[in-house]
Amino acid sequence: MSHEELPVAARVRRLEERVVDAGLTTDDELDAMLDELLDGASPVNGARMAARAWTDPAYRELMLADGNAAADQLGFPAQGYRLRVVENTPELHNVIVCTLCSCYPVSLLGPSPGWYKSFAYRSRVVREPRAVLAEFGLAVPDDVAIAVWDASAETRYLVLPRRPEGEYSEEELAALVTRQGLVGTAAI
Amino acid sequence: MRFAPGTSVRARAQDPDHHTRVPLYVRGHVGEVVEAEGEWPLPDDRARGITPPRVETVYAVRFPADDLWGAGSHMVTVDLWESYLEEAPSHEP
Repeated sequence: MSHEELPVAARVRRLEERVVDAGLTTDDELDAMLDELLDGASPVNGARMAARAWTDPAYRELMLADGNAAADQLGFPAQGYRLRVVENTPELHNVIVCTLCSCYPVSLLGPSPGWYKSFAYRSRVVREPRAVLAEFGLAVPDDVAIAVWDASAETRYLVLPRRPEGEYSEEELAALVTRQGLVGTAAI
Repeated sequence: MRFAPGTSVRARAQDPDHHTRVPLYVRGHVGEVVEAEGEWPLPDDRARGITPPRVETVYAVRFPADDLWGAGSHMVTVDLWESYLEEAPSHEP
């Protein structure tokens, strides 16, 4: 079934029609907003930020202190929200969620996957993250603490995963980073 | 900015009859301010078409899972507008 055939697509279209009929926006305006949101939006962007942080200590510091400035420095749009990067360490594993809807930094991660928007993920990862991460195939050792970040306001979170062991160039590292790694549901 | 990092705050327990962005699971619970996240328009006002909406500091507030759910060793950080919070004596659970 294509995306356009899903029942939710019909509901969204009806909502769009109501909003347009009410004179609040136009179809052209909606299309322009979506184009702007999705233009260039890809997990490749977040991956490049992680790889840069692993190979350039000054960039890592900037990324942890001011995520928006770090995105901007690599030419990635991160506007309309505050970007907060949370770093995984040997002692701490971070994972992000939006329990109220499905907020995350779209320009750096691409459109959010179905599971991220699912009720199951959103309701369970705040309650039993260790079990949820295990279902994703990520066993977090008992001596590693878990921090869950619920993006319930205007901050969007991005996880800086732990750097993989081994000799890699920045480009090779970027190619290893996955969207799940940047959400915190996988290791790199 | 009313709450410095480290301040104990309680998320308001009320269930307003309009849109709000206090997740149910933190209502009435005490957490610790991690950091301020700048000033943002209050969604409760925006959703009701109140112009201009109130603009408030948003805080990242960390709650121990054990307090929220009665189990779990992890921490859950939730972003909350200032009027969603009240200062809580730090010795309270």
